[in-house]
Amino acid sequence: MKSVFFLLLMAVMGGRCATAQEFIIRGATVHTASAKGTLKNTDVVVRGGVIVAIGSDAGASSAMIIDAKGKELTPGLFGGLTDIGLEEIAAESQTVDSTLNFKSPEWDQQWRPELDVTLAYNPRSVVVPITRIEGVTWTVLAPSAEDSIIGGQGSAVALDGRYDAALTGSRSLFVQMGSAGARVAGGTRAAEYMLLEQAIREARAPGPIGQGALLHAAGKEALSRYLMGGRVVFQVDRAADILSVVRFAERNGMKPVILGGDEAWLVAKELAKTNVPVILNPLDDLPMDFDRLGATLENATRLQQAGVRIAFSSGDTPQARLIRQLAGNAVAHGLPWESALAAITSTPADIFGLGATHGRIAVGQSADLVLWSGDPLEVTTLADQVWIAGRPVEMKSRQTELRDRYVEKVKAHQAR
Amino acid sequence: MNTLSRLAVLSSAAFAVSGALASEPFPSTYQVPAGSPVLIQGATLLTGTGERIDGADVLIADGRIQSIGKGLVAPAGARIVDAKAKWVTPGLIDIHSHLGVYASPAVKGLDDGNEATSPVTSNVWAEHSVWPQDPGFETALEGGVTTLQILPGSANLIGGRSVVVKNVQGATYQAMKFPGAAYGLKMACGENPKRVYGEKHQAPSTRMGNVAGYRQAFADAQDYQQQWDKYTRELAEFNKKKAERADGAAKKSKDKDAAADKELTPPVPPKRDLKLETLAEVIKGNIRVHMHCYRSDEMATMLDVADEFGFKIVAFHHAVEAYKIADRLADKGVCAAMWADWWGFKMEAYDGVQENLAMVDFPERSCAIVHSDSGDGIQRLNQEAAKAMAHGRRVGLNVPPERAIRWLTANPAKSLGLEDRIGTLEAGKAADVVIWNGNPFSVYALTEQVFIDGALKFDRAHPPLKPRSDFLLGRHIAEAPL
Repeated sequence: MKSVFFLLLMAVMGGRCATAQEFIIRGATVHTASAKGTLKNTDVVVRGGVIVAIGSDAGASSAMIIDAKGKELTPGLFGGLTDIGLEEIAAESQTVDSTLNFKSPEWDQQWRPELDVTLAYNPRSVVVPITRIEGVTWTVLAPSAEDSIIGGQGSAVALDGRYDAALTGSRSLFVQMGSAGARVAGGTRAAEYMLLEQAIREARAPGPIGQGALLHAAGKEALSRYLMGGRVVFQVDRAADILSVVRFAERNGMKPVILGGDEAWLVAKELAKTNVPVILNPLDDLPMDFDRLGATLENATRLQQAGVRIAFSSGDTPQARLIRQLAGNAVAHGLPWESALAAITSTPADIFGLGATHGRIAVGQSADLVLWSGDPLEVTTLADQVWIAGRPVEMKSRQTELRDRYVEKVKAHQAR
Repeated sequence: MNTLSRLAVLSSAAFAVSGALASEPFPSTYQVPAGSPVLIQGATLLTGTGERIDGADVLIADGRIQSIGKGLVAPAGARIVDAKAKWVTPGLIDIHSHLGVYASPAVKGLDDGNEATSPVTSNVWAEHSVWPQDPGFETALEGGVTTLQILPGSANLIGGRSVVVKNVQGATYQAMKFPGAAYGLKMACGENPKRVYGEKHQAPSTRMGNVAGYRQAFADAQDYQQQWDKYTRELAEFNKKKAERADGAAKKSKDKDAAADKELTPPVPPKRDLKLETLAEVIKGNIRVHMHCYRSDEMATMLDVADEFGFKIVAFHHAVEAYKIADRLADKGVCAAMWADWWGFKMEAYDGVQENLAMVDFPERSCAIVHSDSGDGIQRLNQEAAKAMAHGRRVGLNVPPERAIRWLTANPAKSLGLEDRIGTLEAGKAADVVIWNGNPFSVYALTEQVFIDGALKFDRAHPPLKPRSDFLLGRHIAEAPL
């Protein structure tokens, strides 16, 4: 099966050198994920990989025209916080680069905020095409560590296969809190703050590193940057921990983002007041541990109603492509449709400092676009065509090739 | 051996020999609740038989579906449910669940799913690990699941017996246990057993070690069964002789047969072996094999192993590569229980495709099943099917809702051997019925009411009717500051 759109686009645009050219997606139902909402029967004009106009009968007459026939167009979707390009097969450790593990004894904390996992990103991962043909055009690489609560740094990457995939300005520091963090912090979550406090003092202190320090010289430098308004993503679920994290981060000059947040709805007012965003999985409703006894399918709705900015992430790498299903279920449980779309487009772009260039269909934004076969949040809808930075994505992957190899054999067998 | 202990031995022998008939040491205490009749009116029915009937009614009474069709008349005292614009399906069936054995919260104290101490543990029964207070049961009910098979994990080649339960609240698992449902046997191919035991430096550490392990276990079971068969024959012989002797004793005074003076010794029964007893029941067809297997080549190997020892595999679970042998599975009458799209988390899951369900469903006599293996996934089996339908459609494999619903109802019922009791909306079947707020194959679809054996167990009305695990009591109190 070849995508009709893709063949058409390749024929007219001459393949990969298409970025400079202009094309128009004509007559789409455009979900802008911006204050403009949804625009019916609207044209989106793309030139040089960027959206240059939105309106009716927009664009030059020489431009290639793609007739959307009223189909729905959204910004390229956020895949959540994943290990795409850092992990081929989770169970095969030689294919996994997302986790720092010196296998140190517990008393020998390995604090390496200087680690930037983006350097391990492989744009040729088979996961990249498998993910992007489902409309997911970017993700945030989220490192973790086995020997400390500091996972290191990661950035957003575009899933178009480019080698320099990191999106400028999105770099963030990742910290594991709660009971999962306590496991590597001496057995109590209180020690997470104790150790963070120590590291922060080391980072702020001038001069060389003393005996028994947590940080190396490069680590001091890296952590210092986050103490001046840097974005720090704290993975934390328990309501009390969320509040502690927010207060701690603000006291120390960090800009906190809550990841997980299964009990965030219990402290929604405080999160709204401090404008701290939450990246959550709206399907989490089981009390999987004693940090998450308050998990509920209504978490997203309650946070949104309280005015908290929310984005969605399953944290699953091979299944990052299911991000729409998270959003659709949130709608089924009370979240307005527009808020659900924003939670997988514009809000995560804003959270990671990319709002000016990514996450919306607006003039000046990167032309990361998806044309859908129906309601983009519906599980029976598929992506008809995906563009990243104005380039059409070949709607193929290792999985479609596997499918194509076997499907005719199946059809040739005596049909039911 | 005194008389009493001999009796005990004989009765245990009778148990082992007569198999499924007597093998109820942990009998179900579940009873169909009494209740007034219910008439669901004006819905779109997906019957599970392949039919869709618009604007039809379902009449429930005495725990069973009494009739389906248009314009049914409500009997006296019936509760009427207006289901216009709603869809009605049979209760969903998940044949691969670990609820209760891997419960929430996932703490050590509740980690009861894998007896990973020996590669063959056919002596363990999942029901003895089931924690009935797992909050996952109630969220699954909210997703329309009325029957589930709870399996041991896949660490072992042969993991133990499964248990089939009705998704009802109970303080004991016996109160949930599906009366009369056959046991399943959980077996596992591939990476899990070889990893778990390979890391302990014991067999199996390879796939060839896996196969040697299954074959030896079933060879031992054949031998065990032969011992019991021999014992049964000898016991019959002994009883016959004893009867003749008793008969002869009556005439003893005049008959002086020398042979009759010889002491008659009863045969000694073989020692009961709980591992081999279960496997012998598998060979006899009384226990149904459900096998965790990802790769097509391993599924084919297992079909041959089953033929070698004369047992049947009713379903391959996970079956990520089932699409590569869809024809063979259909020809063999073996079900494949699948996810819509899980892939890539380990090497044997690398070849997953989103058309797997639709491709496996395509051949004649196929048996495609949606399963969850997940406390999350079990809440949205309908969405799993919906995704697979969409991907099938894109490659020309159209699966309409009336066929797709069978992946969640009739086909899993068949794999459990319960197709005469559940899985379709037909007169005489158990009234396990779900009312949906619309087409269930949508991300926006929610259950409105769920009936089990005619009793309303979940209702999304305000305030909602739903079971609440003991574990979750007090939560809302803790959540509200003074």
